[in-house]
Parts: sequence; structure tokens; C-alpha cells
Amino acid sequence: MKIFVSALALLAAGATAASAEISNNSVKIGVLTDQSGVFSSLAGTGSVVAAEMAIADFGDRLGKIELVSADHQNKADIGTQIARRWYDVEGVDLIVDVPNSSVVLAVQELAREKDRLLIVSGAGTASLTNENCSPNGIHWTWDTYAVAVSTGKAMVAQGGDKWFFLTADYAFGHTMQADVTAVVEGAGASVVGTAIAPLNTADFSTYLLQAPSAGANVIALANGGTDTINSLKQAQEFGLTMQAKLAGLAIFLTDVHSMGLDSAQGLYLTTGFYWDRTDESRAWSQRFFEKHGAMPTMSQAGVYSAVTHYLNAIAETGTDAAGPVIAQMKATPVNDFFTENGVIRDDGRMVHDMYLAQVKTPAESTGPWDYYNILATVPGDEAFRPLADSACPLVK
Amino acid sequence: MLIFGIPLQLLSTQILLGLINGAFYAILSLGLAIIFGLLNIVNFAHGAFYMMGAFGALLMLDHFAMNYWLALLVVPLTIGLLGCVIERLILRRIYDLDHLYGMILTFGMGLVIVGLFRNQYGATGLPYSMPAALQGGYNLGFMFLPASRAFVILASVAVCLVTWLVIEKTRLGSWLRAATEKPELTEAFGINVPLLITLTYGFGVALAGFAGVLAAPIYSVNPMMGSDLIIVVFAVVVIGGMGSISGAILTGFMLGLVEGVTKVFWPQASTTVIFVIMAIVLLIRPAGLFGKQA
Repeated sequence: MKIFVSALALLAAGATAASAEISNNSVKIGVLTDQSGVFSSLAGTGSVVAAEMAIADFGDRLGKIELVSADHQNKADIGTQIARRWYDVEGVDLIVDVPNSSVVLAVQELAREKDRLLIVSGAGTASLTNENCSPNGIHWTWDTYAVAVSTGKAMVAQGGDKWFFLTADYAFGHTMQADVTAVVEGAGASVVGTAIAPLNTADFSTYLLQAPSAGANVIALANGGTDTINSLKQAQEFGLTMQAKLAGLAIFLTDVHSMGLDSAQGLYLTTGFYWDRTDESRAWSQRFFEKHGAMPTMSQAGVYSAVTHYLNAIAETGTDAAGPVIAQMKATPVNDFFTENGVIRDDGRMVHDMYLAQVKTPAESTGPWDYYNILATVPGDEAFRPLADSACPLVK
Repeated sequence: MLIFGIPLQLLSTQILLGLINGAFYAILSLGLAIIFGLLNIVNFAHGAFYMMGAFGALLMLDHFAMNYWLALLVVPLTIGLLGCVIERLILRRIYDLDHLYGMILTFGMGLVIVGLFRNQYGATGLPYSMPAALQGGYNLGFMFLPASRAFVILASVAVCLVTWLVIEKTRLGSWLRAATEKPELTEAFGINVPLLITLTYGFGVALAGFAGVLAAPIYSVNPMMGSDLIIVVFAVVVIGGMGSISGAILTGFMLGLVEGVTKVFWPQASTTVIFVIMAIVLLIRPAGLFGKQA
């Protein structure tokens, strides 16, 4: 009996020792992103570059660190297929980035099932840390709640009390409209009209021209990507920017680059990162620019920050098992070029300061990528949904 | 004043905007109709040529400082030439085969072109500034009409009218019509039908390029811009009657109008309304509104 017990103890000790090591003697990170579709500029190969930089900068403290990347083509089935292969067959420990809300929600479920780690930077749906939260998922850079709500509060404070929503007709648009409506009405403003436009509309003038007749002084664009670019271009064309302020609820630096300052000037937006904010962010972004040929968006910068924080946690704990690494990541504040004193909450939300910005006029801008005036810092506690309002079962 | 509960001002605004969008449908469907008439090919690459027109304007501005007005001439010509080359080298080989092969070939060509542009310029596209002469606009009382939109409608009506006149009223047009009806017989009269076919394809895609240049200051210039639009344009051609020149033009404007008015009454249906009309037309008049009944 004694022998049996000691054998068991030995086995158990062996098992613990094994789990406190790095699986396959290598940390493997997979960047799952959109490499050819609508999100390929704001995430895409730029996110892969950011992850490569993070691994190179980390050095060889952990031995072998591998990086794989794949294009999910904005299809949830393809995304989960790749993620499943990575987790099951290729021994990937962490999947990172994953723009596109429908893909990321599926991958987050998979990560929970396989007990691996997922850090989301590209996607924005706030439900990742709300009703769909997971102990294996961390949402790093932004979410629809933070960007929309911060912009909403700031615009009301500047006198925007009559809101008109141009909303993209799918979950993303409707959720943002609902979140912002709650905030601006709470701040004393009123919603005077809404136009629901189908996704991928080319001509928004029909919808936009309803705003002045409704007496709006703020036109909020609850849409994304090409829809935002088209609606801004046309708002400018029809002279609406003289009559109302425009608020972009989900705008990336690459969107502004794509539409040009002529169209985008004066636009208010909220971002989780702007390259030209501090010396550290400038230095890092310059290095990124040399490799990628474009300045980083918040999601790309977020990938670097997330991967670095993850690798540090592995170095501290000595294991790449999801549980201890996540615990270590949550216990350590995030301090880097991306953010100061970021904290990962129990619902998986990385809470950090957001920045209210206004797009510069062509005269103010000194050249390409000099696009934002940072007007205010929105403290993380105010920017992200408070835990008290959360529907996440992990924090109930 | 209210019409069906909608302010007259809003309705008239939408009618005008609908006509402007119809102008794009008209130019694009005109090109498709001409190509289908003579080549019997449903040119699925049309959207890609439209996109190339917009990018052409942009690249000419960036690399050669060519202004919008010159681009309006040079870019369609270049794209037309490219179309001629494509017809000579690729399309010519499949005229003996079923329609389906032409569709698949041009569809594939379109995908390759879009893919190349996406690879080179990214998915979100590039900015094209409004030319100075088109900034500002006119106050019509019921709405502010930007000069750029007024120009689109004028330019497109002019191009459509000239094309129609050339095809219906000139000797070249009569050759073209003859070659469409009876190619062998026309050739027997000493008319160079293969050349006519090459030029027709070139002209058809040049029209797409022209629409692309017109679109550059107004819409987001990105590799996918044509793919989004072209499906609607196909529906326009089907409703107008495959191969009917005047049918394509009139249907283009008409459906722009219908779409615009739908946006007022039921925005969510605005993307579908054209296809509903297409289904109804196909049931009642399978050859299209202006097509010859078989």
C-alpha cells in the first residue's frame, strides 16, 4: 500500500512538473486575421508584423517561440476550422487579433473548449466580455462600447444635443446605436432621427439628407469600413458638415488615410492608440512603419502589446498552460508604449485609457499619417462598460 | 405638403438623388448591353473595369498630376485599349462555345483584376479629392445639389445620348447593328466584323472606365467598388432587355429612381427592390421591358 501511495505521489509530482513546463518545448502563437477583406488594412498583415516584432523584441528568454498566421476570410466556419487545427494539431498556445465579430465569437468558444488562450485585438464586439465572456479570452484594444460611448459623451459635453444616427443594418450598427443612445440621453441630449442603411450601401446621401430636416447638430455614423468612408465623403459633398458635427463610432487610422483629410477633417472619434502620442509610441510606430509601410492602427499596436504581455507572463510562471498564464497576465498591470497601467479584469476586458480625437484639417496636418488631434484622455474606468452593468457570468 | 405621409421636399430630393445613381446604372448597363448585343458575352468583368476607371483617375493624379478633366478622357481611352487587347487575346477564343464559358471567363478575369488591385492597394482603398470646379453646389430650394452630382448627371446623359445617336443614326452604327443581327452576311458585304467586335468590346469597357472616373470623387475608391455595383447593373440589363441599347439607358435611370423612392418609404428594401422588379419582369416579359419578344 505504501509503495502504491508513493508511486501515486511520484506520478502526481511528475504530472505537475510536466504542466509547469512549456509544451512541445516551444511557445506557438497564431495570428488569425483578415488578410484580404475589409479588415485587412486595419489588422491583416500589419498584425502579423506587430506579432513578429513582439517576438523579436522579447529575445530568447523562453527558448523557441514560433509564429503562424492565417487568413480567416471573414468566414466564421473557416476561422474556427483554422483555430481548431492550430489548437488540436499544431500545438498553438495563443491565438491573437481575429478581426470580425462573427469569427471571433466562434473562436472564443473554441478556446474555452480547448482550454487555450485567445487575445482579441482587431474585433470590436463588446459582447466578448459581456454576455459571451470567457475565462480563456482577453479583449485587448477596443470595443464597440468604449469607442462609441466615449465619443458620445464628449460630443454632448461640446453642445451636441440633437443626435441623428446613420446606422448600418446589422448587429454591429444596432448595438452601437443602442449603447450611444443610452449614454447621450443620459447626458441630456435627444435623438431626433435615425436612418437605417443596408450594409455595403454605395450612396448614403438619401439617408444623410434626412439629418438637417430633423434639426440634428450631431450626425453619428454607427457603421464601419467602406460604409463609413462613403458616408463621410458624401456628408462633406452635400455640405452637411457645415450644419452638424460628425461623430465616427468605429474609425481606424487606416480609414482616415483611405478617405483623405479633405473628407475626414473635423471628424470626432475615439481610439485606443495613436502613434503620435508619446515618445515611446512614436519610436515603436516608426519601427513598425519601416517594416510595414504604414503607421499602426490601434489593433496592430494592440497585437504587439498583447503578445509581449503574454510572453512576459510565460517567463514569470514558467509554463504555457492557459490557466496560470491568464492568472499571471491578470495579476500584472500592462505598462508599455501602448498604454499605461492597463488592467485585465475578470471578465477578460483589458481596461486602459482611450483617447478622444478630432481629425486634423489638411492645413494642420504636416504630412501623411499626421491625422489626429488628441483632445482628451478618457480614463479606462469611464471608457469601458462598468462591471456593475456587465452580463458576464464570470463576474456575477 | 405631404405625399403618402412623406414631405414633398424629402421626396423630390430622393427623386433627384435616384436619378443621379441611375446615371451610373445607365452608363454601366449601356456598356454591358452593347457588348452583349454584338459579342453575345455577358461581361462579368465589367465591375472590375469600372473599378479600374476610378483607380486610373487616382493614379493619373498621383503619378502624372493629371487633373480630373483630362483623366475623364485619358482613362476611358486607356481602359478601352486594354479591352481591345483582352478581346483579341482572350475572348476571341471562346466565341464558338456556349454563353456559359464567356460568363465564367469574364467572371474569372474580374476576380483576378480585383485581386491584383487589392494586393497592391489594400482593401480600404485610397482617397481622391474633389476637383475644385466641382466643389460647392446649387441651392434648389428643396435641397442642396452638389456640383459634382449635377456634373455626373449631365455627363452621363450626354454620353448615353451620343452613344445612342452613333448606334442608331450613323453608318458605323448601322454596320454594328447589321453585324449584331447577321454577322456572316455583313462580312459578305466587305465589312470587317472581327475589327468591329474588338472595337465594340473596347468601347463597352471604356464606358465602364468612364463611369469609374465619374465615381472617383463621390464614392470610396476601393478594389471592391465594382463588385458591389455590378450585380445591380446586371439586373438593370435584364429588366431592360439583354442587348437593347435604349432599354439599358432608360431602365438605368428608371431603376435609380425606383431605388431612391424606396429608400424613403422602406430603406431596408432598397437593395432588394430592383431584384423584385427583375423577377416580376422576367415572369411577365421574359425578354425584358425593351427587348424583342422571341
